[in-house]
Amino acid sequence: MANEILKLERVCKAYNVGLPTETEVLHDIDLELDHGEFLALIGPSGSGKSTLLNIVGLLDQPTSGRLSIKGHDTASLGDAEITRLRGHTIGFVFQYHLLISAFTARENVMMPMLVDRGFASAEIEARADRLLAQVGLERFAGNLANNMSGGQQQRVAVARALAMGPDLVLADEPTGNLDTRSADAVFELMRQVNRVSGTSFLLVTHNMDLAQRCDRIIEVIDGRIRA
Amino acid sequence: MNRWLPIEWVMAVRFLREGRLQTIFIIGGISIGVGVIVFMSAMLAGLQANFIKRVLTSQPQIQLLSPDQIARLLRNSAGEIEDAIVQRPSQRVISIDQWPKIRAQMQAMPEVVTVSPTILGSVLAVRGDASRSVNLSGVEPDSYFKIVKVPDYIVAGEPRLTSEDIIIGTELAKDLGATVGDKLNVRAATGATRVLTISGIVDLGNKGVNQRVCYAALRTAQSLLGMIGGVTTIDITVADIYAAEEIAQRIQAANVVEADSWIKTNAQFFTAVQAQQNTNTLIRLFVGLSVAFGIAAVLIVSVIQRSKDIGILRAMGTSRAKILRVFLVQGGLLGFVGSLVGAAMGAFALVYWHSVARQADGTELFPLILERSLFIYTALLATGTGILAAMAPAIRAAKLDPVVAIRG
Repeated sequence: MANEILKLERVCKAYNVGLPTETEVLHDIDLELDHGEFLALIGPSGSGKSTLLNIVGLLDQPTSGRLSIKGHDTASLGDAEITRLRGHTIGFVFQYHLLISAFTARENVMMPMLVDRGFASAEIEARADRLLAQVGLERFAGNLANNMSGGQQQRVAVARALAMGPDLVLADEPTGNLDTRSADAVFELMRQVNRVSGTSFLLVTHNMDLAQRCDRIIEVIDGRIRA
Repeated sequence: MNRWLPIEWVMAVRFLREGRLQTIFIIGGISIGVGVIVFMSAMLAGLQANFIKRVLTSQPQIQLLSPDQIARLLRNSAGEIEDAIVQRPSQRVISIDQWPKIRAQMQAMPEVVTVSPTILGSVLAVRGDASRSVNLSGVEPDSYFKIVKVPDYIVAGEPRLTSEDIIIGTELAKDLGATVGDKLNVRAATGATRVLTISGIVDLGNKGVNQRVCYAALRTAQSLLGMIGGVTTIDITVADIYAAEEIAQRIQAANVVEADSWIKTNAQFFTAVQAQQNTNTLIRLFVGLSVAFGIAAVLIVSVIQRSKDIGILRAMGTSRAKILRVFLVQGGLLGFVGSLVGAAMGAFALVYWHSVARQADGTELFPLILERSLFIYTALLATGTGILAAMAPAIRAAKLDPVVAIRG
């Protein structure tokens, strides 16, 4: 059985298809990510990294090519199945934290589980507290997102990404807005989760220092992969 | 976090709570709209009920009269031709033909509650040098007082009608300088005269009526008006007041009488009520529309403000249906809370207006009718309006592309 969690074969993405303004931003991308692998995706702005991440995260669809996650060919899945697969398999960490400001840190971590199960429960709260303890923020569990620093918010976002026990975490420049110390702490946290739980990470970053601490680096230039 | 509420409800409440100022303003708007609807509906119902009560306690619901007397045409025989103009004969006051039989028939009808034979005629009330032309009603007090609540309107004396008694209106008493216990000389056009004792003075709430109204015992009035054993009207009350016209038509079709229902004799009132109801419906419609647009506008802004939240929720596996429900619940909650506050405002305004607004005689302008059904209906309507108004923003939110939403 193949060990890959993610497999892209000749994936292309174009915008304004069929119009004179049609623009292809990804060209014949082939990519595999193994279970437990920590991969860095680097490249200049506008090279197609975020588009690739959105496709891998099932937030966007490729124009052509094949995308498999845990062996499921995503082209054959409907919207509800895609949503379910995304919720159960993939965790997201974004550059701008994107915590929901109406909820506390604990509730933000609980959110993926709440969305999945529909109601809060003691079990969900306990798991959220364990995850917050894992990222060193158990004392801030009751704080609203706006009452935390950028680094703390990003650690909450990491805890939230791990809430459903995903196989793959997609991190889109998670340290881009943090000072060096916080960036390092957040990266180390993800690296530790990767080592302890075997969760795969696909990290988009501009920070070469961080990229070099990953298992593998993939460079995207003008919509093509240069290994 | 509340463990009993579905996550959509939790999110809806939190989003509304976070956008506090926006929520307070829109609930204020909804409350004013609902308050206006509650106030207007309750006041209109009160005014209507008051009018109906006044009408139905001062007049019968169906009145049977002798049919109009008409000039009968001669049968055309050889050499006789019909005149081009047939003059309407003068209407003599005549008794209803076979009225005891008709009364018995009416009493046998299941829809009929009370039947009372009455004789009406004009007489002259004389006291000393003062005299007034008045309308004398000869009644059987036992049955008539169930139809026209004369005892309720007595302001002096008592509602007693022996063969020697007469009850007169307040204005007439004033004009004649008479009071309870005084004698009154009553003269009919036939020349008959009786001296009756004023047993009660009645105020029927209308100056013109109070100047002319007189009640005497049926037999006394019959002898005065020269119609021994006869009655001019049979007054009836029915169980369902709104079926009065239909019952009147049936009675008229089956008997040689003219039957007038209170609905027919107060046709203008019903036209006015209908016009008021139409106006009220239009006001409700436009208030409802403005409330709906208000809710929709606030929620559309909320969808734009929360697009990143929606994006991240979608990214973590929230279905479109759940996002849709979050905004529908917000619309419903806004409508429901607005309806509660609005109903309280409307009820308060109504109680205040009820205590301030008085008729010329100091009595209440309308009875205070605060029916539970009005509040339930209003709450349901406002909640439904809220959900409907939230439909467009909710669909918009559910359709948001998560990539675009997260990018903002």
